[in-house]
Amino acid sequence: MAEQVRMEGNGLSERLKAIAADLGVPRLIIFAFLGAMVVAAFLLELPIDTLTGNILTRFGMNGILVLAMIPTMQVGMGPNFGLPLGITCGLVAATLSIEFGFTGLAGFLVSLAIAFPLGGAAGYAYGLLLNKVRGEEMTVGTYFGFSIVSLMSIFWAMAPYRSPEMIWPYGGSGLRVTITLQNHFDKILDHFLAFNVMGIDVPTGLLLFFFAACYLLWLFMRSRHGIAMTTVGNNIRFAESIGLNVNRYRLLGSTLSCALGAAGIIVYAQSYGFLQLYQAPLFMAFFAVGSILIGGASINHATIKHAVIGTFLFQSLLVVSLPVANLVVSENLSEVIRIIITNGIILYALSRRESGSEAR
Amino acid sequence: MEQKAKIPEMAQPSFNLGRLLKNNAVPILFIIICALGSYYARLPLPFLIAEITTRMARNSFLVISLIIPIIAGMGLNFGIVLGAMAAQFAFIATVFWQMQGVAGLTATVALTIPVAIVFGWLTGMLFNRTRGKEMITGIILSFFANGLYQLICLWVIGGVIPFPDESMVLPSGVGLRNTINLKAMHYALDNIVKWRYGMIGVPVMTFVAVALLCVGMIYLLKTKLGQDFRAVGQNQQIAGVAGINIDKVRILAIVFSTVLAALGQIIFLQNLGILTTYGSHVQVGTFAVAAILIGGASVSKATIGQALLGTFLFHTLFIVSPLAGKNLMGNPQVGEFFRVFVAYGVIGVALALHAWRGRSKK
Repeated sequence: MAEQVRMEGNGLSERLKAIAADLGVPRLIIFAFLGAMVVAAFLLELPIDTLTGNILTRFGMNGILVLAMIPTMQVGMGPNFGLPLGITCGLVAATLSIEFGFTGLAGFLVSLAIAFPLGGAAGYAYGLLLNKVRGEEMTVGTYFGFSIVSLMSIFWAMAPYRSPEMIWPYGGSGLRVTITLQNHFDKILDHFLAFNVMGIDVPTGLLLFFFAACYLLWLFMRSRHGIAMTTVGNNIRFAESIGLNVNRYRLLGSTLSCALGAAGIIVYAQSYGFLQLYQAPLFMAFFAVGSILIGGASINHATIKHAVIGTFLFQSLLVVSLPVANLVVSENLSEVIRIIITNGIILYALSRRESGSEAR
Repeated sequence: MEQKAKIPEMAQPSFNLGRLLKNNAVPILFIIICALGSYYARLPLPFLIAEITTRMARNSFLVISLIIPIIAGMGLNFGIVLGAMAAQFAFIATVFWQMQGVAGLTATVALTIPVAIVFGWLTGMLFNRTRGKEMITGIILSFFANGLYQLICLWVIGGVIPFPDESMVLPSGVGLRNTINLKAMHYALDNIVKWRYGMIGVPVMTFVAVALLCVGMIYLLKTKLGQDFRAVGQNQQIAGVAGINIDKVRILAIVFSTVLAALGQIIFLQNLGILTTYGSHVQVGTFAVAAILIGGASVSKATIGQALLGTFLFHTLFIVSPLAGKNLMGNPQVGEFFRVFVAYGVIGVALALHAWRGRSKK
């Protein structure tokens, strides 16, 4: 018996070692950190039920933005650092829906109905650019995203919106920096079929919506087009040789990614309760990229599983570390931790030799 | 040799205006934008000249620090932010020790250089691991380093290392305040010799420092190491076959860049007289890169002339755009957003053009 246990132990430790090697040092550090935070939360007697509820909400709220990374990563364009393009499209859609006076579920659906095609169209145009700069998508995308945010800031400051809920109360031109959704579609998904278990608020509608989006994307990635995209991402020469139109699938990737980004920000906003305009979308892409990489993705290989796990881990870390950091050290620290983790994991992914993903 | 003989011949055929315009399209476009902006901003000329002189003195050094990595084929070094951080750490130390004037500034420089060398070395090693992706690595590295910097300034200082200076630390005793007063070293370099013409003050010694840097840079590029930078920049394989230690040359290029950026940040801060603890360094990389690109440099080619012209144009735009935006659109914010858009947009377009040309060459 004892021997058997020891052997099992050996097997287990070896398996653990293999898992550790597969995960890489930065992810191990992140997991250890998360573990420490959870233990600290218990020791400090923080309200675990509220924290769990927050994790669930933020998981559903950020999930679709993270899913938006999958199409471009799978098709070999790397993470979509140009995501702010899709996000601003989503914001335009939401502001239009408010301008037209839609409220409640109608407001949410109208926003989505405008956001998805608008984001897709912008993503298509963006894809045309990216096809010209193959190999430099990440750098060009980063600065393209930044430029779009500043350009759209000019738009927000000048656009002729009329709704008194969105323009500055004392007149003048331009939209407010944050627009409250209280009378529109604030928490429309979060409150749908929401229930409370052991003090944990479960945002059922939000989670259902996110999982539905995951399922649809999963189906798509398994369709003929999805498999072709993966083929292009795995080996561009091979894809060309079997007659796939590489540029077309790359266009499809950026279109889908920006459309998801546009829809994602609306889901994010309904949960958050506010639309954040101007400079707010500037760094959102980085957090989405960081999330999916924490979930185990590499620069050119990402699956739904990576997105789901990564979002969950990353958001748990943020939710738990915020009160812990506030109690133990200082308030700004959780934001700092967020920056370090996000960019640290991206740096790690960049510095890894991509032989593994090439072989796939 | 044959090639060398050919180039002047090809450039000779009279004075080719069309080609001149085409080759310098970016600076010419920005000269026009700046001229229009200055016109609509309606600023008095002496004020404009005074502002530009100040900004040229305090920013040129940072922009020039980008040249060596470009020549070494590593693209635009967004990692100069780390150099700026090294300078700020040094300032935090010298202000804490209550150093003053030129002596204090010298001590800051002496402290900065070793720190910047270490930062540059680490950056260079990382870039060697991410060969071909140096620029995106540099961008992400600058964000990552900014996170660590904030961790150190918010928590390590005062929280781990005792830092008994009430004027620098937050009331809780942990973490630095948002701004640190550099009054004791304000204008320490600028005011050694200052020529005044009415509103316009010329910080002679700062310009001398920039001039020395330019001469030193030209000299460096003529040495063996300078030739190695060029060789590695042109073709890594051939440079390797020729017996150049590529990895080391690339690291050295980044070390030079980081140290120069650190010195540049010291010049910048002594002129400003105030250190925004969590903000002074953040945009250093973006603004320097935008400036050198506006001057007509590309991802693979840059000269000192382009760096200086770019600094001039970029900062002219910086001064005039809020007022021009206010006078044209009735909203000063629009001008503000416009100049940020120009900074980001110019970088985006330059990177896109570089990748585009690189692809059509293949």
